[in-house]
Amino acid sequence: MKTEQPIKTVAPKPTAVWRHHHILDIDDFSREEIELVFQTTKAMKEVLSRPIKRVPALRGKTLITLFYEPSTRTRLSFELAAKNLGADAASLSAPASSVTKGESLVDTLSTLQALGADIVVMRHPQSGAPYIATKYLKASMVNAGDGWHAHPTPALLDIYTIQEHKENLKGLKVVIIGDIMHSRVARSNIWGLTTMGAEATLCGPPTLLPTGLGEKHSQLPPVSIEHDIERALDGADAVMTLRLQLERQRSGLLPSTREYIQLYQLNEARLKLAKPDALVLHPGPVNEGIEISSAVAHGPQSVINEQVTNGVAVRMALLYILAGSPKQ
Amino acid sequence: MSRKVIMTQDDIKRTLARIAHEIIERNKVIENLLLVGMHTRGVPLAKRLAANIEEFAGQKIAVGALDISLYRDDLSSLELKPTVKSTDIPASVDGKSIVLVDDVLYTGRSIRAAMDALIDLGRPRSIQLAVLIDRGHRELPIRADYVGKNMPSSRHEEIQVQLKESDGLDEVAIISAPDKEGQ
Repeated sequence: MKTEQPIKTVAPKPTAVWRHHHILDIDDFSREEIELVFQTTKAMKEVLSRPIKRVPALRGKTLITLFYEPSTRTRLSFELAAKNLGADAASLSAPASSVTKGESLVDTLSTLQALGADIVVMRHPQSGAPYIATKYLKASMVNAGDGWHAHPTPALLDIYTIQEHKENLKGLKVVIIGDIMHSRVARSNIWGLTTMGAEATLCGPPTLLPTGLGEKHSQLPPVSIEHDIERALDGADAVMTLRLQLERQRSGLLPSTREYIQLYQLNEARLKLAKPDALVLHPGPVNEGIEISSAVAHGPQSVINEQVTNGVAVRMALLYILAGSPKQ
Repeated sequence: MSRKVIMTQDDIKRTLARIAHEIIERNKVIENLLLVGMHTRGVPLAKRLAANIEEFAGQKIAVGALDISLYRDDLSSLELKPTVKSTDIPASVDGKSIVLVDDVLYTGRSIRAAMDALIDLGRPRSIQLAVLIDRGHRELPIRADYVGKNMPSSRHEEIQVQLKESDGLDEVAIISAPDKEGQ
Protein backbone atom coordinates (compact mmCIF):
# COMPACT_ATOMS: atom_id res chain seq x y z
CA MET A 1 0.00 0.00 0.00
CA LYS A 2 1.26 3.44 -0.88
CA THR A 3 1.73 5.81 1.97
CA GLU A 4 -0.86 8.59 1.85
CA GLN A 5 1.24 10.92 3.96
CA PRO A 6 2.00 13.95 1.78
CA ILE A 7 5.62 14.93 1.72
CA LYS A 8 6.28 18.54 2.49
CA THR A 9 7.53 20.25 -0.61
CA VAL A 10 9.21 22.91 1.43
CA ALA A 11 10.27 21.48 4.73
CA PRO A 12 8.92 23.77 7.44
CA LYS A 13 11.70 25.17 9.53
CA PRO A 14 11.60 22.76 12.43
CA THR A 15 11.39 24.11 15.93
CA ALA A 16 12.47 21.02 17.74
CA VAL A 17 13.73 23.26 20.53
CA TRP A 18 10.34 23.30 22.28
CA ARG A 19 9.97 20.65 24.98
CA HIS A 20 7.05 21.78 27.14
CA HIS A 21 3.49 20.59 27.39
CA HIS A 22 2.92 22.86 30.40
CA ILE A 23 4.30 26.26 31.33
CA LEU A 24 4.95 26.18 35.05
CA ASP A 25 8.03 28.36 35.38
CA ILE A 26 10.85 29.48 33.13
CA ASP A 27 13.57 27.97 35.30
CA ASP A 28 13.70 25.03 32.88
CA PHE A 29 13.47 27.09 29.70
CA SER A 30 16.47 27.08 27.41
CA ARG A 31 17.70 30.19 25.69
CA GLU A 32 16.41 28.76 22.39
CA GLU A 33 12.94 28.24 23.84
CA ILE A 34 12.79 31.81 25.13
CA GLU A 35 13.96 33.05 21.73
CA LEU A 36 11.22 31.01 20.02
CA VAL A 37 8.65 32.63 22.32
CA PHE A 38 10.03 36.08 21.51
CA GLN A 39 10.08 35.49 17.76
CA THR A 40 6.47 34.30 17.90
CA THR A 41 5.58 37.29 20.11
CA LYS A 42 6.85 39.62 17.41
CA ALA A 43 4.49 38.04 14.88
CA MET A 44 1.63 38.32 17.39
CA LYS A 45 2.34 42.02 17.86
CA GLU A 46 1.84 42.43 14.13
CA VAL A 47 -1.56 40.74 14.47
CA LEU A 48 -2.42 43.11 17.35
CA SER A 49 -1.58 46.10 15.16
CA ARG A 50 -4.21 45.14 12.57
CA PRO A 51 -7.68 46.66 12.40
CA ILE A 52 -9.10 43.14 12.88
CA LYS A 53 -7.02 41.70 15.71
CA ARG A 54 -8.00 38.11 15.23
CA VAL A 55 -6.54 35.06 13.54
CA PRO A 56 -8.02 31.56 13.46
CA ALA A 57 -4.92 29.67 14.64
CA LEU A 58 -6.58 28.16 17.75
CA ARG A 59 -10.07 27.77 16.33
CA GLY A 60 -11.94 25.10 18.27
CA LYS A 61 -9.59 25.15 21.27
CA THR A 62 -10.88 25.98 24.73
CA LEU A 63 -8.97 27.90 27.36
CA ILE A 64 -10.24 27.98 30.92
CA THR A 65 -8.87 30.35 33.53
CA LEU A 66 -9.06 29.06 37.08
CA PHE A 67 -8.17 31.72 39.64
CA TYR A 68 -8.01 31.04 43.36
CA GLU A 69 -6.65 34.54 43.94
CA PRO A 70 -7.86 37.85 42.54
CA SER A 71 -6.25 39.20 39.40
CA THR A 72 -6.98 42.03 37.06
CA ARG A 73 -4.66 42.15 34.13
CA THR A 74 -3.29 38.62 34.03
CA ARG A 75 -6.66 36.99 33.66
CA LEU A 76 -7.94 39.56 31.21
CA SER A 77 -4.87 39.37 29.04
CA PHE A 78 -4.98 35.55 28.90
CA GLU A 79 -8.62 35.69 27.84
CA LEU A 80 -7.94 38.36 25.23
CA ALA A 81 -4.96 36.38 23.96
CA ALA A 82 -7.11 33.26 23.54
CA LYS A 83 -9.88 35.20 21.77
CA ASN A 84 -7.44 36.96 19.46
CA LEU A 85 -6.29 33.51 18.32
CA GLY A 86 -9.83 32.32 17.70
CA ALA A 87 -10.03 30.07 20.79
CA ASP A 88 -12.92 30.03 23.24
CA ALA A 89 -12.19 31.38 26.70
CA ALA A 90 -14.17 30.68 29.82
CA SER A 91 -13.36 31.39 33.42
CA LEU A 92 -13.94 29.96 36.86
CA SER A 93 -13.33 32.14 39.89
CA ALA A 94 -12.85 30.27 43.10
CA PRO A 95 -15.29 32.23 45.28
CA ALA A 96 -18.09 31.95 42.75
CA SER A 97 -17.79 28.25 42.17
CA SER A 98 -18.22 25.06 44.09
CA VAL A 99 -14.72 25.60 45.47
CA THR A 100 -16.47 27.37 48.32
CA LYS A 101 -18.55 24.22 48.80
CA GLY A 102 -15.36 22.33 49.49
CA GLU A 103 -14.54 20.91 46.06
CA SER A 104 -10.88 19.95 45.97
CA LEU A 105 -8.43 21.18 43.37
CA VAL A 106 -8.22 17.69 41.89
CA ASP A 107 -12.01 17.46 41.50
CA THR A 108 -12.14 20.87 39.89
CA LEU A 109 -9.41 19.93 37.44
CA SER A 110 -11.10 16.73 36.39
CA THR A 111 -14.29 18.71 35.83
CA LEU A 112 -12.43 21.17 33.61
CA GLN A 113 -10.92 18.22 31.76
CA ALA A 114 -14.35 16.69 31.25
CA LEU A 115 -15.66 20.03 30.02
CA GLY A 116 -13.10 19.85 27.23
CA ALA A 117 -10.42 22.32 28.28
CA ASP A 118 -7.34 22.27 26.07
CA ILE A 119 -5.43 24.79 28.14
CA VAL A 120 -5.97 25.62 31.80
CA VAL A 121 -4.54 28.86 33.19
CA MET A 122 -4.37 28.66 36.96
CA ARG A 123 -3.48 31.00 39.81
CA HIS A 124 -3.21 29.41 43.22
CA PRO A 125 -2.05 30.75 46.60
CA GLN A 126 0.09 27.69 47.27
CA SER A 127 3.54 27.41 45.75
CA GLY A 128 3.78 24.26 43.66
CA ALA A 129 0.02 23.78 43.19
CA PRO A 130 0.21 23.81 39.35
CA TYR A 131 2.91 21.12 39.45
CA ILE A 132 0.58 18.80 41.36
CA ALA A 133 -2.27 19.80 39.05
CA THR A 134 -0.44 18.52 35.97
CA LYS A 135 -0.70 14.97 37.35
CA TYR A 136 -4.47 15.17 37.00
CA LEU A 137 -4.71 17.07 33.75
CA LYS A 138 -4.28 16.06 30.14
CA ALA A 139 -4.73 19.67 29.04
CA SER A 140 -1.78 22.06 29.09
CA MET A 141 -1.35 23.92 32.36
CA VAL A 142 -0.16 27.50 32.39
CA ASN A 143 0.90 28.84 35.76
CA ALA A 144 -0.51 32.32 36.31
CA GLY A 145 1.13 32.62 39.70
CA ASP A 146 1.60 30.07 42.50
CA GLY A 147 2.23 31.43 45.98
CA TRP A 148 5.61 33.12 46.19
CA HIS A 149 7.09 30.70 43.73
CA ALA A 150 6.68 31.57 40.06
CA HIS A 151 4.76 33.66 37.55
CA PRO A 152 6.35 32.94 34.19
CA THR A 153 4.29 35.15 31.84
CA PRO A 154 5.10 38.57 33.37
CA ALA A 155 8.76 37.59 33.46
CA LEU A 156 8.68 36.72 29.77
CA LEU A 157 6.95 39.95 28.86
CA ASP A 158 9.38 41.99 30.98
CA ILE A 159 12.35 40.40 29.29
CA TYR A 160 10.73 40.75 25.87
CA THR A 161 10.10 44.45 26.54
CA ILE A 162 13.73 44.99 27.57
CA GLN A 163 14.94 43.11 24.51
CA GLU A 164 12.78 45.19 22.18
CA HIS A 165 14.59 48.30 23.36
CA LYS A 166 18.08 46.93 23.92
CA GLU A 167 18.31 44.31 21.14
CA ASN A 168 20.57 42.02 23.14
CA LEU A 169 20.27 41.18 26.82
CA LYS A 170 23.79 39.89 27.22
CA GLY A 171 25.69 41.74 29.92
CA LEU A 172 22.84 44.16 30.70
CA LYS A 173 22.49 45.24 34.31
CA VAL A 174 18.87 44.78 35.37
CA VAL A 175 17.96 46.00 38.85
CA ILE A 176 14.90 44.65 40.65
CA ILE A 177 13.88 46.80 43.62
CA GLY A 178 11.46 46.00 46.39
CA ASP A 179 9.78 43.07 48.03
CA ILE A 180 11.65 40.26 46.31
CA MET A 181 10.79 37.73 48.97
CA HIS A 182 7.05 37.71 48.28
CA SER A 183 7.39 38.28 44.55
CA ARG A 184 6.85 35.36 42.20
CA VAL A 185 7.37 37.75 39.28
CA ALA A 186 10.85 38.59 40.56
CA ARG A 187 11.77 34.92 40.96
CA SER A 188 10.73 34.04 37.42
CA ASN A 189 12.49 37.14 36.13
CA ILE A 190 15.75 36.13 37.80
CA TRP A 191 15.65 32.81 35.96
CA GLY A 192 14.76 34.29 32.60
CA LEU A 193 17.20 37.19 32.77
CA THR A 194 20.05 34.90 33.77
CA THR A 195 19.25 32.45 30.95
CA MET A 196 19.35 35.32 28.46
CA GLY A 197 22.73 36.50 29.73
CA ALA A 198 21.67 39.59 31.70
CA GLU A 199 22.97 40.32 35.18
CA ALA A 200 20.30 40.69 37.83
CA THR A 201 20.86 42.93 40.85
CA LEU A 202 18.32 42.68 43.65
CA CYS A 203 17.75 45.59 45.96
CA GLY A 204 15.52 45.90 49.02
CA PRO A 205 15.54 45.88 52.80
CA PRO A 206 17.04 42.67 54.24
CA THR A 207 13.64 41.64 55.61
CA LEU A 208 12.18 41.58 52.11
CA LEU A 209 14.94 39.61 50.39
CA PRO A 210 14.85 35.81 50.41
CA THR A 211 17.47 34.28 52.63
CA GLY A 212 20.39 32.43 51.10
CA LEU A 213 20.42 34.46 47.87
CA GLY A 214 23.74 34.54 46.13
CA GLU A 215 25.06 31.78 48.36
CA LYS A 216 26.24 28.44 47.11
CA HIS A 217 23.21 26.45 48.21
CA SER A 218 20.75 29.02 46.82
CA GLN A 219 18.07 27.56 44.58
CA LEU A 220 18.15 30.66 42.40
CA PRO A 221 20.89 31.46 39.90
CA PRO A 222 23.70 33.80 41.01
CA VAL A 223 22.61 37.42 41.48
CA SER A 224 24.09 40.54 43.06
CA ILE A 225 22.53 41.84 46.26
CA GLU A 226 22.56 45.50 47.17
CA HIS A 227 20.73 47.05 50.10
CA ASP A 228 21.58 50.61 49.06
CA ILE A 229 19.37 51.77 46.20
CA GLU A 230 21.87 54.34 44.95
CA ARG A 231 24.65 51.79 44.60
CA ALA A 232 22.20 49.33 43.02
CA LEU A 233 21.10 51.82 40.36
CA ASP A 234 24.63 52.82 39.35
CA GLY A 235 24.99 52.11 35.63
CA ALA A 236 21.74 50.11 35.34
CA ASP A 237 20.29 49.37 31.88
CA ALA A 238 16.81 48.55 33.19
CA VAL A 239 15.10 49.07 36.54
CA MET A 240 12.09 47.16 37.73
CA THR A 241 10.24 48.21 40.86
CA LEU A 242 7.88 45.80 42.56
CA ARG A 243 4.56 46.59 44.16
CA LEU A 244 4.86 47.03 47.92
CA GLN A 245 2.08 45.03 49.53
CA LEU A 246 0.82 47.29 52.29
CA GLU A 247 0.22 44.39 54.62
CA ARG A 248 3.98 43.84 54.83
CA GLN A 249 4.18 46.73 57.24
CA ARG A 250 1.47 45.27 59.43
CA SER A 251 3.29 41.97 59.57
CA GLY A 252 6.34 43.72 61.01
CA LEU A 253 8.69 43.32 58.04
CA LEU A 254 8.87 47.08 57.53
CA PRO A 255 9.05 49.76 60.23
CA SER A 256 6.93 52.16 58.19
CA THR A 257 5.84 52.87 54.65
CA ARG A 258 7.35 56.34 54.97
CA GLU A 259 10.76 54.89 55.73
CA TYR A 260 10.44 52.55 52.75
CA ILE A 261 9.65 55.51 50.48
CA GLN A 262 12.70 57.38 51.80
CA LEU A 263 15.04 54.47 51.29
CA TYR A 264 13.69 52.55 48.29
CA GLN A 265 11.34 54.66 46.18
CA LEU A 266 12.46 55.03 42.58
CA ASN A 267 12.31 58.77 41.96
CA GLU A 268 13.78 61.09 39.34
CA ALA A 269 16.94 61.92 41.29
CA ARG A 270 17.76 58.26 41.85
CA LEU A 271 16.92 57.27 38.27
CA LYS A 272 19.66 59.67 37.11
CA LEU A 273 22.22 57.27 38.58
CA ALA A 274 21.21 54.63 36.05
CA LYS A 275 22.27 54.88 32.41
CA PRO A 276 20.55 57.81 30.60
CA ASP A 277 18.58 55.39 28.41
CA ALA A 278 17.69 53.00 31.25
CA LEU A 279 14.19 51.54 31.04
CA VAL A 280 11.72 51.66 33.93
CA LEU A 281 9.46 48.64 34.35
CA HIS A 282 6.77 47.69 36.85
CA PRO A 283 4.71 44.49 36.82
CA GLY A 284 1.64 46.40 38.02
CA PRO A 285 -0.59 47.35 39.65
CA VAL A 286 1.45 50.42 40.57
CA ASN A 287 1.32 52.10 44.00
CA GLU A 288 2.23 55.52 42.72
CA GLY A 289 4.10 57.56 45.29
CA ILE A 290 5.22 54.47 47.22
CA GLU A 291 7.61 52.19 45.33
CA ILE A 292 7.81 54.56 42.37
CA SER A 293 7.17 58.29 42.05
CA SER A 294 4.44 59.44 39.66
CA ALA A 295 6.97 61.40 37.64
CA VAL A 296 9.04 58.27 36.97
CA ALA A 297 6.05 55.98 36.40
CA HIS A 298 4.77 58.32 33.68
CA GLY A 299 8.18 59.62 32.59
CA PRO A 300 9.90 59.19 29.25
CA GLN A 301 11.89 56.17 30.42
CA SER A 302 8.83 54.26 31.62
CA VAL A 303 7.74 51.29 29.49
CA ILE A 304 4.95 50.26 31.87
CA ASN A 305 2.21 50.63 29.24
CA GLU A 306 4.24 48.74 26.65
CA GLN A 307 4.50 45.91 29.17
CA VAL A 308 0.72 45.58 29.21
CA THR A 309 0.47 45.45 25.39
CA ASN A 310 3.39 43.03 25.16
CA GLY A 311 1.68 40.92 27.82
CA VAL A 312 -1.15 40.04 25.44
CA ALA A 313 1.30 39.28 22.61
CA VAL A 314 3.53 37.08 24.79
CA ARG A 315 0.52 35.13 26.02
CA MET A 316 -0.75 34.68 22.45
CA ALA A 317 2.69 33.33 21.53
CA LEU A 318 2.70 30.87 24.42
CA LEU A 319 -0.84 29.64 23.73
CA TYR A 320 -0.01 29.19 20.05
CA ILE A 321 3.17 27.25 20.78
CA LEU A 322 1.46 25.11 23.44
CA ALA A 323 -1.51 24.27 21.22
CA GLY A 324 0.79 22.78 18.63
CA SER A 325 3.12 21.05 21.07
CA PRO A 326 3.17 17.26 21.06
CA LYS A 327 0.85 15.73 23.65
CA GLN A 328 2.35 13.96 26.58
CA MET B 1 17.28 8.37 -3.50
CA SER B 2 17.72 10.11 -6.83
CA ARG B 3 17.87 13.82 -7.51
CA LYS B 4 17.21 15.43 -10.86
CA VAL B 5 17.57 19.12 -11.65
CA ILE B 6 14.45 20.37 -13.43
CA MET B 7 15.22 24.09 -13.54
CA THR B 8 18.62 25.74 -13.69
CA GLN B 9 19.50 29.30 -12.77
CA ASP B 10 18.89 30.44 -16.37
CA ASP B 11 15.56 28.62 -16.54
CA ILE B 12 14.38 30.32 -13.36
CA LYS B 13 15.47 33.72 -14.67
CA ARG B 14 13.66 33.28 -18.00
CA THR B 15 10.57 31.93 -16.30
CA LEU B 16 10.33 34.88 -13.90
CA ALA B 17 10.75 37.27 -16.84
CA ARG B 18 7.93 35.53 -18.67
CA ILE B 19 5.61 35.59 -15.65
CA ALA B 20 6.37 39.30 -15.15
CA HIS B 21 5.30 39.97 -18.75
CA GLU B 22 2.13 37.94 -18.23
CA ILE B 23 1.29 39.90 -15.07
CA ILE B 24 1.73 43.18 -16.97
CA GLU B 25 -0.36 41.89 -19.85
CA ARG B 26 -3.19 40.74 -17.60
CA ASN B 27 -3.27 43.75 -15.26
CA LYS B 28 -3.82 46.91 -17.23
CA VAL B 29 -3.49 49.18 -14.20
CA ILE B 30 -0.04 48.41 -12.89
CA GLU B 31 -0.10 51.05 -10.14
CA ASN B 32 -2.82 49.05 -8.43
CA LEU B 33 -0.73 45.87 -8.21
CA LEU B 34 0.59 44.50 -4.93
CA LEU B 35 2.85 41.44 -5.02
CA VAL B 36 2.68 39.36 -1.85
CA GLY B 37 5.28 36.64 -1.31
CA MET B 38 4.53 33.73 0.97
CA HIS B 39 7.23 32.85 3.48
CA THR B 40 9.82 31.52 2.98
CA ARG B 41 10.69 31.31 -0.70
CA GLY B 42 7.73 33.20 -2.09
CA VAL B 43 9.18 36.38 -0.63
CA PRO B 44 12.36 36.58 -2.76
CA LEU B 45 10.36 35.39 -5.79
CA ALA B 46 7.91 38.26 -5.33
CA LYS B 47 10.79 40.72 -5.05
CA ARG B 48 12.36 39.43 -8.27
CA LEU B 49 9.04 39.60 -10.11
CA ALA B 50 8.56 43.18 -8.91
CA ALA B 51 12.03 44.10 -10.12
CA ASN B 52 11.23 42.57 -13.52
CA ILE B 53 7.92 44.40 -13.78
CA GLU B 54 9.65 47.65 -12.88
CA GLU B 55 12.23 47.03 -15.61
CA PHE B 56 9.68 46.09 -18.31
CA ALA B 57 6.92 48.57 -17.48
CA GLY B 58 8.90 51.37 -15.84
CA GLN B 59 6.62 51.30 -12.86
CA LYS B 60 7.57 50.57 -9.24
CA ILE B 61 5.48 47.83 -7.64
CA ALA B 62 4.72 47.37 -3.92
CA VAL B 63 5.91 44.04 -2.46
CA GLY B 64 4.81 42.45 0.79
CA ALA B 65 5.51 39.29 2.77
CA LEU B 66 2.87 37.01 4.26
CA ASP B 67 3.18 34.35 6.93
CA ILE B 68 0.32 31.88 7.01
CA SER B 69 1.25 29.87 10.13
CA LEU B 70 -1.66 31.35 12.07
CA TYR B 71 -4.10 30.31 9.35
CA ARG B 72 -3.04 26.70 8.86
CA ASP B 73 -5.57 23.91 9.34
CA ASP B 74 -3.04 21.38 10.61
CA LEU B 75 -1.59 23.05 13.72
CA SER B 76 -2.19 20.13 16.07
CA SER B 77 -0.79 17.59 13.66
CA LEU B 78 2.46 19.42 13.06
CA GLU B 79 5.00 18.01 15.43
CA LEU B 80 7.74 20.21 14.12
CA LYS B 81 6.11 23.52 13.73
CA PRO B 82 7.22 26.22 11.37
CA THR B 83 8.26 29.32 13.21
CA VAL B 84 5.77 32.14 12.84
CA LYS B 85 7.39 34.84 10.76
CA SER B 86 6.28 38.41 10.44
CA THR B 87 3.68 39.48 7.97
CA ASP B 88 4.68 42.75 6.40
CA ILE B 89 2.31 44.28 3.86
CA PRO B 90 3.48 47.82 3.04
CA ALA B 91 0.13 49.31 2.09
CA SER B 92 -3.57 48.72 2.68
CA VAL B 93 -4.88 45.79 0.66
CA ASP B 94 -8.22 47.50 0.10
CA GLY B 95 -9.00 47.75 -3.61
CA LYS B 96 -5.60 46.32 -4.63
CA SER B 97 -5.02 43.72 -7.31
CA ILE B 98 -2.93 41.25 -5.35
CA VAL B 99 -0.65 38.69 -6.91
CA LEU B 100 0.15 36.03 -4.35
CA VAL B 101 3.56 34.45 -5.02
CA ASP B 102 4.73 31.04 -3.83
CA ASP B 103 7.40 28.61 -4.95
CA VAL B 104 5.43 25.35 -5.21
CA LEU B 105 1.70 24.78 -5.61
CA TYR B 106 0.72 21.40 -4.16
CA THR B 107 -2.43 20.62 -2.15
CA GLY B 108 -3.67 24.22 -2.30
CA ARG B 109 -4.11 24.37 1.48
CA SER B 110 -1.44 27.02 1.96
CA ILE B 111 -3.11 29.16 -0.71
CA ARG B 112 -6.47 28.78 1.07
CA ALA B 113 -4.78 29.93 4.28
CA ALA B 114 -3.08 32.83 2.48
CA MET B 115 -6.38 34.02 1.00
CA ASP B 116 -7.98 33.95 4.45
CA ALA B 117 -5.04 35.91 5.84
CA LEU B 118 -5.26 38.54 3.08
CA ILE B 119 -9.00 38.94 3.44
CA ASP B 120 -8.56 39.51 7.19
CA LEU B 121 -6.33 42.45 6.29
CA GLY B 122 -8.96 44.16 4.14
CA ARG B 123 -10.87 43.83 0.88
CA PRO B 124 -8.60 43.38 -2.12
CA ARG B 125 -10.10 44.00 -5.56
CA SER B 126 -8.78 40.66 -6.76
CA ILE B 127 -6.30 37.97 -5.80
CA GLN B 128 -4.25 36.16 -8.43
CA LEU B 129 -1.72 33.41 -7.88
CA ALA B 130 1.77 33.02 -9.33
CA VAL B 131 3.86 29.92 -8.63
CA LEU B 132 7.23 28.74 -9.88
CA ILE B 133 6.21 25.07 -9.89
CA ASP B 134 2.81 23.39 -10.05
CA ARG B 135 3.26 19.81 -8.94
CA GLY B 136 -0.40 18.72 -8.94
CA HIS B 137 -2.26 16.78 -6.20
CA ARG B 138 -4.71 19.55 -5.36
CA GLU B 139 -7.03 18.93 -2.42
CA LEU B 140 -8.98 22.18 -2.87
CA PRO B 141 -10.50 23.87 -5.93
CA ILE B 142 -7.56 26.22 -6.51
CA ARG B 143 -5.49 26.89 -9.63
CA ALA B 144 -2.67 29.27 -10.40
CA ASP B 145 -3.00 32.22 -12.81
CA TYR B 146 0.71 32.19 -13.64
CA VAL B 147 2.73 28.96 -13.62
CA GLY B 148 6.47 28.75 -14.12
CA LYS B 149 6.58 25.05 -14.83
CA ASN B 150 4.08 22.23 -14.57
CA MET B 151 5.80 19.31 -12.93
CA PRO B 152 3.52 16.30 -12.50
CA SER B 153 4.95 14.47 -9.53
CA SER B 154 4.16 11.58 -7.29
CA ARG B 155 3.36 12.19 -3.64
CA HIS B 156 6.49 10.52 -2.40
CA GLU B 157 8.69 12.78 -4.47
CA GLU B 158 9.96 16.03 -3.11
CA ILE B 159 10.31 19.25 -5.10
CA GLN B 160 13.29 21.15 -3.80
CA VAL B 161 13.37 24.84 -4.66
CA GLN B 162 16.58 26.65 -3.84
CA LEU B 163 17.00 30.38 -4.26
CA LYS B 164 20.08 32.56 -3.94
CA GLU B 165 18.49 34.69 -1.21
CA SER B 166 17.75 31.78 1.12
CA ASP B 167 19.93 28.91 -0.09
CA GLY B 168 22.87 30.44 -1.95
CA LEU B 169 21.99 29.14 -5.42
CA ASP B 170 19.10 29.13 -7.91
CA GLU B 171 17.94 25.63 -8.73
CA VAL B 172 14.84 23.44 -8.70
CA ALA B 173 15.23 19.70 -8.34
CA ILE B 174 12.97 16.71 -7.94
CA ILE B 175 14.00 14.16 -5.35
CA SER B 176 12.55 10.67 -5.44
CA ALA B 177 12.74 9.05 -2.05
CA PRO B 178 12.71 5.25 -2.16
CA ASP B 179 9.17 4.01 -1.70
CA LYS B 180 8.71 2.88 1.90
CA GLU B 181 7.20 -0.36 0.68
CA GLY B 182 10.09 -0.99 -1.64
CA GLN B 183 12.70 -1.06 1.10
